[in-house]
Amino acid sequence: MMLDVKAGDDASFDFLLQKYRSPLVNFLNRMVRDTATAEDLAQEVFLRVYRARKQYTPSAKFTTWLFRIATNLALNSVRDNRYQRMGISLNAPLDGEDSAPMELPSREMRIDEHMVERDRAEIIRRAIASLPEKQRAAVLLHKYEEMDYGEIAGILDCSEGALKSLLFRAYETLRVQLAPLVAQPVAHRAGGRRPS
Amino acid sequence: MKCEEVEKGLIAYLDRRASSSERRDVEEHLASCAACQTRAEEFRKVWSVLDEMPAVEPTFGFDARVRQRVAAEPRRGWFDWFVPQVRLALSAALLIALTVWIAKRPPSHPGTTGTTATTSAPQQQDFNAIENLGVLENFDVVTKMDALSDLAPAGAQEPDKTQPNDGTTND
Repeated sequence: MMLDVKAGDDASFDFLLQKYRSPLVNFLNRMVRDTATAEDLAQEVFLRVYRARKQYTPSAKFTTWLFRIATNLALNSVRDNRYQRMGISLNAPLDGEDSAPMELPSREMRIDEHMVERDRAEIIRRAIASLPEKQRAAVLLHKYEEMDYGEIAGILDCSEGALKSLLFRAYETLRVQLAPLVAQPVAHRAGGRRPS
Repeated sequence: MKCEEVEKGLIAYLDRRASSSERRDVEEHLASCAACQTRAEEFRKVWSVLDEMPAVEPTFGFDARVRQRVAAEPRRGWFDWFVPQVRLALSAALLIALTVWIAKRPPSHPGTTGTTATTSAPQQQDFNAIENLGVLENFDVVTKMDALSDLAPAGAQEPDKTQPNDGTTND
């Protein structure tokens, strides 16, 4: 498909945009913890893909290339910490205030259930955000994007062995930090409402 | 297999991406190590907890904004196909031009080569102009210009005598 984009087929670029916009925005949102920044970065990723289309060579999987661009942009953004310091995001937590993104409860979910779920999601977000940047990217690509080790190693520019150690350390940290959630599973989850 | 060695294999074992030999090694260790068995179980539960984090969808205008930015990108014409080649060609042309220019340059010290008689008129004018400059910083040039001023009238009248003179002045 990217070769079609390289040949000047705009419809193929649209197809790639449709296919990868959600995974990219989700990945970036989990990396930078800010939806507005994540969307900005995702746009930048697509723009860079478009700019580099003439130089594209299918030496690696397209997703590896795409997420490598995304990861680099996210890491730069996190390192800059620009957006958090500027406080321009509606989602950025204020001091002493739990300001997780507002999610409307579904009709069948009770308000208290929704609050519990929102609190748990925020704890998970914070636990992931507390990981070192490379571990965070590794966990997100492994757990949420379900990429294989070779691809993640290609994105993070490390060996598969190093990646497995990285993932082990990351999940070990999460195991400790998320122990309270593991010990108290959500009631409606236990009832099999949403199988994991 | 020791507990430390399980580190690299445990995640691949749990997500079912381990090879059969890796899987067998980890299973053997887990069967004999209660601590690693507990850890493996907790990893599974953590993964289940991680599923609770909700996904977000791009906002309504996301695609439009991307298309807008793409449309604002300068379109490349047919000439750009040759961009790398043009750079290379320009560099090569510059190199050739420089080589030709250096090769065709007049000798820097015409008086020392014995060609005083064949010096062209514009060159002679240049030498005269240099001779008339108020400040000459280069001593070497000054001495050679002095030698030229002595030789030039004689060379104009008696061209045959310039050859042996040059031979002696070069020494």
